[in-house]
Amino acid sequence: MRNRFADVFYELGKDDPRLAIVVADISPAGSIAKFREHFPDRFVNTGVAEQIMIGLCAGMCQKGMRPFAYTIATFTLYRPFEFVRDDLAYQNLPVTIVGIGGGVTYSTLGATHHAMEDIAVASAIPNMTVIAPCDPDEVSIVTRWCALENQGGPVYLRLGKAGEPIITQDAEPFKLGKIRYIKRGKGTCILSYGVTVHKALAKAGELGDVSVVNCHTIKPLDREGISQLLNNYDKVIVMEEHVPHGGLGSRVKEIAWDIGAKCKIEHQSLRDEFIHVYGTHEQVLEAHGW
Amino acid sequence: MIMDAQAAKQRCIEYRKRILDISQTVTALHVAPAFSCLEITDLIYHELKRDQDTFLMSKGHGCLIQYVILEKLGVLSSEDLRLYCNPAGRLGAHPDYGVPGIAASTGSLGHGTGIAVGMAYAHKLQKQDANIYLVLSDGELQEGSTWEAIATAANLNTNNLIAFLDFNDFSGLEKMSDGHPAFYPIVEKLEAFGWEAIEVDGHDAAAMHNALQKRSGNKPFMAVCNTIKGKGASFMENVAIWHYRSPNPDEYKQALAELEIEGV
Repeated sequence: MRNRFADVFYELGKDDPRLAIVVADISPAGSIAKFREHFPDRFVNTGVAEQIMIGLCAGMCQKGMRPFAYTIATFTLYRPFEFVRDDLAYQNLPVTIVGIGGGVTYSTLGATHHAMEDIAVASAIPNMTVIAPCDPDEVSIVTRWCALENQGGPVYLRLGKAGEPIITQDAEPFKLGKIRYIKRGKGTCILSYGVTVHKALAKAGELGDVSVVNCHTIKPLDREGISQLLNNYDKVIVMEEHVPHGGLGSRVKEIAWDIGAKCKIEHQSLRDEFIHVYGTHEQVLEAHGW
Repeated sequence: MIMDAQAAKQRCIEYRKRILDISQTVTALHVAPAFSCLEITDLIYHELKRDQDTFLMSKGHGCLIQYVILEKLGVLSSEDLRLYCNPAGRLGAHPDYGVPGIAASTGSLGHGTGIAVGMAYAHKLQKQDANIYLVLSDGELQEGSTWEAIATAANLNTNNLIAFLDFNDFSGLEKMSDGHPAFYPIVEKLEAFGWEAIEVDGHDAAAMHNALQKRSGNKPFMAVCNTIKGKGASFMENVAIWHYRSPNPDEYKQALAELEIEGV
C-alpha cells in the first residue's frame, strides 16, 4: 500500500504543481524517493518535528498548495494532535495526513509505534474524514481523491506497510463514504477496514458462505449501508485493529441501538491494553486475543 | 521610504480609544495584550503590507487591534465591531479563519509561526513576490512548536517571512524574565537558528520602520520589539491582571483622559 501511494502520488505530482509532501524524518519508500528526486522543492523533511509538519502543511494549503503530511501513523496524530485539530480541522483545510502502519503493524517496535487509537482520535475531530483502504487498488483511488477531488477538510488516511495483495478485483465499485462488498454470502457478515479486511477474508473462509464488507470510510460513516447489514444478517462481526472503544465496533453498536437491530454483533478488536509483546504482526495480534 | 510618524501616533491614539470603547460593552477581553502590539500592527498595516502580502496574528488574544484596523480599512464594518463577542456577530476574542482579513485561526499559542512558515514557503514555490507579516508574543517562544517553526523557516530559507516579537515580558501569570530568567537573550538565539534579528522599541514606529529598511532580506527576519503590556493606560502598564480584564467605567474615563493628553 505504501508503495502504491508513492507511485500514484508521483504520477499525480508530475501534472499538478500544487501537490507537495511534508515528512517528519521517515525514510522515503518506493516512489516517494522518485518524487523527492524530481521535485525536491515540493518534498520537505521537517526532521523529527511533527508539530511543524502539520503547521507547515496548513500554511501551504492556505496559500493554494495541496500538501500531504506523511509519517508513521502514531506520529501523524498523537504528537501534533492540537495542530491537526486547530490548524487543519478547525480551519477546514484539505490537507491529507498519511499514517503509515496503522494498528500494530510495527509489531517489533512496541506500543510507541502502535496506532491503536488513531481511528477514535481522528474521528472525534469535527471536519475530519477518516479513510482506511484495504489494498493497493483502493489506495490508488483514495490518493487521487485526496489530491484532486476533496473539496472539504482534512483527511486521515490510515495505510498499512508494504506487500498487501490486491483483494478488490471482483468487488463492487468503490464509492467514498459507502461500504463495499468484497464477497457476498449468507447469514453472517464480517465488516472491517484497512489491512484487517485480509484477515476478514481468511475468517470468512473458515466460517463458510459469509459476506465480507469493507468499510473503508470510517468517517463520514455509511449509516444507511450499515443499517441494512444490521437488518439483513443474523450476525454481524466487526473486525478492526483498534482498541475496543471509539472505533468502528462502537459505531456499529450505536447504529444497531438506534435502529433496534435484532442481529447478533461480535466485535473483534485489540485489547484495551498496552501489550509488551514483540514478534510478527500475527504474533502481536495473537497476544491481543486474535 | 519615509513614514509619517506623527500620523501613526494619531492613528494609534484613535485605535486605543476605539478598543477602550469596545471594552465597555464586553466584560472579558484582552485590552492590554492589544495595546502592547498596537504600534507594531499599525506599522504593518499602514506602512509595510502590500496587497499580495499577508498579516498573521499569532498571539490571537491581541486581535482587537487587528479588528479596529480592519474596521478603519473597511474590511470589517462597524456593525461587525458592535457585535464583537455577540452570537449575532462573527468576531470573537480570538481570530477566526474565514472572517475577512483574518489569515488564520489562532488563540492557542505556538501555532501561528508554523502556519506563517508554510504560507511563506508556498509563495516561494509559486514564485510569488509576497511577504508574510507575523506578530507573535514572547510567551509563544516558550512553546517548543515555535522553535520547530523557527528552525524550519531558516532551513527552507523563507526570507519572505517578517516577524515582530511583542516582547512585553508578561505572560498570563507573571513577569517572564522573573519566572524564566535563563530564557534570555533572544536576539542571539534567533541568530543562532539562522534568522536575522534586531532589537527595537516596539512603540516607536519610526525606529521599527528604520530597522526594517536595514534588513538584509536574505534570511527570515524577526524584530524583537520591546513593548509594555497595556501601553497607553498608566494603570494597566505591566500589571499582569490586565492580561484579561476590562476597565470599569472610572478606569475607562481615566484611560481616555490620558490618551487625550497624549494626543495634544
